[in-house]
Amino acid sequence: MHTAAGVEARLPIRSDMDLVWVRQHVRQAAALLGFGLVDQTKLVTAASELARNTLVHGGGGRMEAAHVTTTGGIDGLRLTFSDSGPGIVDLDRALSDGYTSGGGLGMGLGGARRLVHDFAVDSAPGSGTTVRVTSWVSRPPRPREGV
Amino acid sequence: MPEHEAAGSPGTPTHAVRDFLRRRREQIAQRWADEPLFRTVFTVSRDEAVEAGKVVVDALAQVADAQRVEDPDAAGFTGVREQLARMGAARSRAGLSTTQVSSELAALLPPVDNLLVADLEGETPERLRECTTTLSVLLGTLRLVAMQTALSEVQALIDRQRLQLLEVATPVIKLWDGIVAVPLIGTLDSARSQGVMETLLNAVVDQHARFAILDITGVPTVDSLVAQHLMKTVAAARLMGAECVVSGIRPAIAQTIVHLGLDLGTVKTRASLADALGYCLHELGANIVNVTPDGAGHR
Repeated sequence: MHTAAGVEARLPIRSDMDLVWVRQHVRQAAALLGFGLVDQTKLVTAASELARNTLVHGGGGRMEAAHVTTTGGIDGLRLTFSDSGPGIVDLDRALSDGYTSGGGLGMGLGGARRLVHDFAVDSAPGSGTTVRVTSWVSRPPRPREGV
Repeated sequence: MPEHEAAGSPGTPTHAVRDFLRRRREQIAQRWADEPLFRTVFTVSRDEAVEAGKVVVDALAQVADAQRVEDPDAAGFTGVREQLARMGAARSRAGLSTTQVSSELAALLPPVDNLLVADLEGETPERLRECTTTLSVLLGTLRLVAMQTALSEVQALIDRQRLQLLEVATPVIKLWDGIVAVPLIGTLDSARSQGVMETLLNAVVDQHARFAILDITGVPTVDSLVAQHLMKTVAAARLMGAECVVSGIRPAIAQTIVHLGLDLGTVKTRASLADALGYCLHELGANIVNVTPDGAGHR
């Protein structure tokens, strides 16, 4: 079980069932890192949108989840979705709300960007797409115990 | 490739193995009955295990007769598939891993091999080697057939459960005259959304419903695809003269929908199923009032 292993994982995205897997992993990883319920839900929803893009537009690919930490000691979850599909021709247009090439609502990519803290797309026509998103745990500063 | 030599000639190693299997049917089955695979599955009596072993030996002889020792789809295996599946399933239930079951199947070879070697005493080493190779290929194919059968059983189970889940997930509940509700649970993929829409629209007709409540308390993630499915269902119900109310929108989901930029403005929404029911009753002209002054109900 990937999910039992914790935060780090590399999950395939090849079918609708894999999307369920991705969402469950992201939810558990986010909970493990101490994300609040709202932030968990945002991150899971963003992951769901991006994973579906990987499946529908990229023809399948994978998601990698990683635990990252800032120099200030703040925990974050980084999710990288990559495919080797046709790539995005016009990134600005793809990010704009309402634009769709797949019959959806056209909110996926732009919506996902609003749901996370950091968002980066690396894509060129014919060379696949990689979307990397990161969210940071926001919690009130607390004196560390036992130092 | 021994099986490609002149078919029908009794001299080929494949036919020698076939003849050996037929001749030693009883002894092979007796030896197999002591192997864990047979011994632990057929626990009623040893005879039962021996009989089961004979069936497998017959199947192997038939496959050898057809010169198809390397072919897991050979007709001879058809008859034993079910039995192999049962044996494999029994061993899995006993807690054995797939690898362990596979090695128990592999353990069927040595007793037969020993018999064959004893049988072919006096033959040339070349001939002996050909025959034992043919036998191990044949038993390797048997192992493959058993594992294939086990895997397809698992796949069939998964498919069945998937279907069951589809059915379970979409009950339509009549809450009041003219009000139906669908509590949605789990992931709303395209297939399930289609099922929900169909059952809901049928219920709208059957129950003469003017209001349909879609409760998404049990839907963990509402992304743009789920929202799109909801909006399509609402639109379809509206075409049939029923008004839809989406209820069970939790605070985290509400914030996420806003950030995602989804416009659910065309859809009537309520925080809880109770609120949605209250709204529908009010619209139908039926108000719920407390009959006791101190309020038996709190709404």
